[in-house]
Amino acid sequence: MEYLNIIFQEVYKILFLLVPVLVTVAMIVWLDRRVWAFVQKRQGPNVVGPFGLLQSLADALKYIFKEVIIPASSNKIIFILAPIITMTLALIAWAVIPFSEDQVLANINVGILYIFAVSSLGVYGIIMGGWASNSKYPFLGAIRSAAQMVSYEVSIGIIIINVLLCVGSLNLNDIVIAQKNMWFVIPLFPMFVVFFISALAETNRPPFDLPEAEAELVAGYQTEYSGMMYAMFWLGEYANILLMCALGSILFLGGWLSPIDLYPFNMVPGAIWLIFKILLLFILFALVKAIVPRYRYDQLMRLGWKIFLPLSLTYVVLTASYLFYFNLLPTT
Amino acid sequence: MIAHAIFFYVFSIIAVISAIMVTVSKNTVHSVFFLILDFISISCLFIMVGAEFLGMIMLIVYVGAVAVLFLFVVMMLNVAQQKNQWFISEENSGHIPVGLLISAIIFFELIIVIGGWKYKPDLFETTNLITNEISNTHSLGQVLYTDYIHIFQISGMILLIAMIGAIVLTFRQREGVKKQSYLKQISRERSEGVEVLEVASNKGVKIDD
Repeated sequence: MEYLNIIFQEVYKILFLLVPVLVTVAMIVWLDRRVWAFVQKRQGPNVVGPFGLLQSLADALKYIFKEVIIPASSNKIIFILAPIITMTLALIAWAVIPFSEDQVLANINVGILYIFAVSSLGVYGIIMGGWASNSKYPFLGAIRSAAQMVSYEVSIGIIIINVLLCVGSLNLNDIVIAQKNMWFVIPLFPMFVVFFISALAETNRPPFDLPEAEAELVAGYQTEYSGMMYAMFWLGEYANILLMCALGSILFLGGWLSPIDLYPFNMVPGAIWLIFKILLLFILFALVKAIVPRYRYDQLMRLGWKIFLPLSLTYVVLTASYLFYFNLLPTT
Repeated sequence: MIAHAIFFYVFSIIAVISAIMVTVSKNTVHSVFFLILDFISISCLFIMVGAEFLGMIMLIVYVGAVAVLFLFVVMMLNVAQQKNQWFISEENSGHIPVGLLISAIIFFELIIVIGGWKYKPDLFETTNLITNEISNTHSLGQVLYTDYIHIFQISGMILLIAMIGAIVLTFRQREGVKKQSYLKQISRERSEGVEVLEVASNKGVKIDD
C-alpha cells in the first residue's frame, strides 16, 4: 500500500510537470509561426480561436485523424520506435529542470550531465527514423543530422565545462544559486553566444536545419512519416527546443532568479521568471529562423569544428586561469 | 530494498539479453541498437550502485558518441553483399580461421581474468559507493587528480596519439579536387562577378570562362 501511495504521488507530480510542458509546446509552435510571420509582414495563423491561439490544437486534431502509413519495405519496429524515442527523450529531460529552489521533480547531483546525456541520445530518434524508412532522402537527412548533432554537442559540452568551472557543482539548482550576484551571461558572454548558436544546430533549427532541408531532401528523416507519428517527431523537436532554451536560461540567465533582487521582483515566484526567460530565448530562436538563410553543409561543419571548438576550448583555459589566479575557484 | 532488487534484476537481465542479441542478431544495424541498449542498461546499473558520474559519462561517451559512429559505419556498409562474400563464397573463407583464433585467445584471457578473481569480503556489507559527506563526482575528482594524476595524464596522451595516428593514416591530399575557399568566396566583389556588355542585336557575345 505504501509503495502504491508513493507511486501515485510521483505520477501526480510527473503529470503536473508534463501537461504544462506539452501545452507550452503546442503554444510555442503557434508563437514560432506568428513571430516568423510578423518578421515577414504576414499575419500568420490567426483564424482558429482568439489570435489563432488554438491553431496548434486544430493541427494536432488533424494529425490524429490522419492515416498512419508505414512503408512496405521499411523496418517496421524501428520505424515505429523512432518517433517514440524522440518524443520520450525530449520529455524526460524536463525531470531535472528546477523551477524554483524546491520545485524540481528530481534534484539529482549530476543534473547537467543528465540533460547533456539525454540530449545526446536525441540523435537516435533521427538516425533510426532515417534508416528504417529504407528510402534515400530520409537516409541522407539522418546521416547529415547525426554528423551535425555529434559535432555541435562537443562545443556545447565544453561550454558547459566553462560554467561548471565557475560553479563547482553539477547540480542545476547549485548552478542557479551560484548566479545570485552576477548572471553568467556577463562574464561568459562569448560563450553564451556560442551556446545559443550551437543550440540552434543541436535542435536542427534554421539556419542549421540541413537534416530536413526541404529544397534538397524533401523533408529529411521525416519524409516517410505521416499522421500521428509525424506529429510526435514535431512535438519532440519543439520540446527539445524548449529544453535548450531552459538549459540556456539556467546556465547563463540565472534560471529562476529574479533579474533584480528587490521587493516587487523577488516576490514573483521563480517559475514565472524561468518561463519568462525561456520565452525570451525562444523568441530569439524564432527571429533567427526568420532572418537568416540556411548554411551550406561544409560551412556548418567548419563553423562547429574549426571555430566553435577552438573558441570554447580557449575560453575554458582563460576561465580556469582567471579563477585560479584570483583565487576564485569554488570550494566544496 | 525490494524495489532496488527488482530494478537491479530488470536492468541486468536486459543487459545480458541485449549483449547476447548483439552477437546473435543477423542484421548488423540491429546488433548496434542492441549494443546501445546494453550500454544504457549498464549505465543504469552504475547509477543504481551510486556511481552516478560514471553512469552519465557512459551514456554521453559511449551511447552519445561512440555508438553513433558505429551506427554511421554499419549503415554505410552493404551488409547483404558482404554476408555473401564472407559466408558463401569459397575464396574469401580465410577470414574465419583468423576470427576463430582471435576469439579463442580472448576466451582464454577471460578465463584467466575470472580465475584470478577474488571477492573482497567487506564488499557484501556496503550496498553502494556513496560516502556520506561528498558526492560521487567530488570523490572521483579528488582521487583522479591527486593520486592517479600521472596515469590519468598518460591515458590522455595515449588517446591523443591514437587520434593523431588515425588522422595521419587516413589523411591524404588528393590532387585535382575542386575545393571551396571561404576567403575567396567572401572576398568576391561585384566588379569581378558582373560585367555590363553592349550586345549588338542578332550578334551575341563571346564570354571566356
